[in-house]
Amino acid sequence: MPEGKLCNKKPVNTKEELQALLTDKSGKQYYEEMNHLDVDRKALWGTIQKSFKSRLKTWLEICSHCGLCGEACFYYLANNKDPRQVPSYKIQQTLGKIIKRKGDVENAFMQECMDTSYAKCTCCTRCGVYCPFGIDTGIMFSYLRGLLFSQGFVPWEMKIGSGMHRIYRAQMDVTVEDWVDTCEWMAEEYEDDWPGLTIPVDKQNADIMYTVNAREPKHYPEDIAEAAILFHVAGENWTVPSEGWEETSLAMFGGDWEACKLQVESVYAAMDRLKPKRMVVTECGHAYRATVIEGPYWAGLKSGKTPVESLHYVEWVAEALRTGKLKIDPSKKIKEPVTYQDSCNYVRNAGLGDIAREIMSYIAEDFREMSPCREHNFCCGGGGGLNGIGRYREQRNIGLKVKRDQILATGAKLVIAPCHNCWDAIRDLEEIYKIGIRWSFLKPLLINMIEVPEELKPKEE
Amino acid sequence: MYEFVTGPLAWLSFAIFFIGLIVRIGLYIRGLDWRLDRVTYGENVSYGIKGALRSILFWLFPYGTHSWRNNPWFTLWVFVMHIGLLLTPVFLLGHNILLKERWGISLWALPESVADGFTVIVILAVIFLVLRRIALPEVRLITTAYDYLLLLIAVAPFITGFLAYHRTPDYYFWLIAHIICGEIFLMAIPLTKLSHFILFFLSRAQLGMDYGIKRGGMKGKGLAW
Repeated sequence: MPEGKLCNKKPVNTKEELQALLTDKSGKQYYEEMNHLDVDRKALWGTIQKSFKSRLKTWLEICSHCGLCGEACFYYLANNKDPRQVPSYKIQQTLGKIIKRKGDVENAFMQECMDTSYAKCTCCTRCGVYCPFGIDTGIMFSYLRGLLFSQGFVPWEMKIGSGMHRIYRAQMDVTVEDWVDTCEWMAEEYEDDWPGLTIPVDKQNADIMYTVNAREPKHYPEDIAEAAILFHVAGENWTVPSEGWEETSLAMFGGDWEACKLQVESVYAAMDRLKPKRMVVTECGHAYRATVIEGPYWAGLKSGKTPVESLHYVEWVAEALRTGKLKIDPSKKIKEPVTYQDSCNYVRNAGLGDIAREIMSYIAEDFREMSPCREHNFCCGGGGGLNGIGRYREQRNIGLKVKRDQILATGAKLVIAPCHNCWDAIRDLEEIYKIGIRWSFLKPLLINMIEVPEELKPKEE
Repeated sequence: MYEFVTGPLAWLSFAIFFIGLIVRIGLYIRGLDWRLDRVTYGENVSYGIKGALRSILFWLFPYGTHSWRNNPWFTLWVFVMHIGLLLTPVFLLGHNILLKERWGISLWALPESVADGFTVIVILAVIFLVLRRIALPEVRLITTAYDYLLLLIAVAPFITGFLAYHRTPDYYFWLIAHIICGEIFLMAIPLTKLSHFILFFLSRAQLGMDYGIKRGGMKGKGLAW
């Protein structure tokens, strides 16, 4: 049973293994090894028998092949309505065949399954909203990704991501020290402009425990400072945990359910330790979905809820604006046409469509809806981990066309995208298609719009 | 022959139909797993029920959902076909006369001309669905012989019944053929994809609970299907 040195069925659990993978530029050796990876058919079928139950079974079985899911899929639309992009076709050709053959499948077929489940589906779950039988192909592809992961057929970046979660409890190699240092650094950096600004670490019984996406400490530390400024101005009693601060889950995209559990348990442990009243998650869609919506199930919490009530950042913003904790200076409202990108992970997976409109009503004078929008919105094109996978860059870029056209049709030049994945995808679509748009998270826009009480302004010397 | 197909064979097909459906329901519910499905079926039950009902009802009405509205012709023919498939056999005068003779019970019956009209509509709807399967590339690619077979199983009792009712020269042949086709249809419902007869409701309820309990139902107005 040939197992590669880098590409194998074993998840990454040590820094050495992780380093070896990282050194393999673009996963060249990794993907070469994948060509020789054996399928453990017995284990595959064993996993299926334990986990493939009535919901999934029924979905695969009763599909009437009516094709209504086609037009629901942005890949189908972006690829000139190629029938091979119809969700029903994609799932029957992959998971459907694995089940029919009772797991008796070859390496090449598993690679095909991997390519389909990443480069032809972002698990946006829009098709499930359009199927008369309620067949959610996105959920099935996510299940398939789990099967593929268990057999070692996972894109290089996702294998790394899952390893990061296992080792660092973060999707990137940000240690507890790195994180706490970054918080301290940001508080110092912005203290002059915002007297009294602090980023309290590990404060017990705060009203809010704030948690982030590892990209923020790693690449965009200003984002943490902006969050701190807004909490500061709003007068919130808040904190960040030194451990359990990371919300994202590349493990969810990669189908590493064990790492998913480890990751969310680190956050829940922080809740238990610090006993905050509520948790607020940064502007990230999948992070919120992973830790707040799916996480309790991975952790086996029977309530299906996080140990303390958890809000997405947009929920906190809407509440702060509604209650007047944050006040918008009317003269600074966004005057130009502006549109809003609903992230699949919290609009179709958590119902936060109304909240977004409420925020827009406070901050924008000319808000333009995309069509379709809310729970019918299309994926940005970079969901499901796709933004981060080099192997599928070309397919990703084709998929971006749907979002490009949606944005163009609004006439807006500014797109608000409170989700790291959407934000990236929209940045990339501008880079590729050059349609002359700008994109932003909410935080920097809000900081420019809020009324700052006199006592919080820096004193003139 | 007539005695056999309306006697033992009828009993057999009704038994398979009813027992099969009960088994389907039992197996489906038994196979639900709150942890694997990631839906707390047993918690926040009221939200679950609300989500399930919304998910079923919106889809039960023609043009009740975005998907139905986006496909007006498909929706029209799918609905008239299903209405015809359900109402015609249950409320057909001939069937009720037979019921009265055998078991001494009968239901209200449709006027014969209406039943005849439904029959023609079901046949036309099936023709539409077959043509659609051939004409649309995205449907053609995913269509299998099994899909055509199911349409045939569904429409056969209507074609044979129509021919028998209109007293074609081979009346007896068509009558027997009609009864056998009807019995095949009944037995096929729990045994094939036609099990969506009941699984439509269960699957819709499940996704509705998913949305109602977990995916936003407790925060917003519920998904706008």
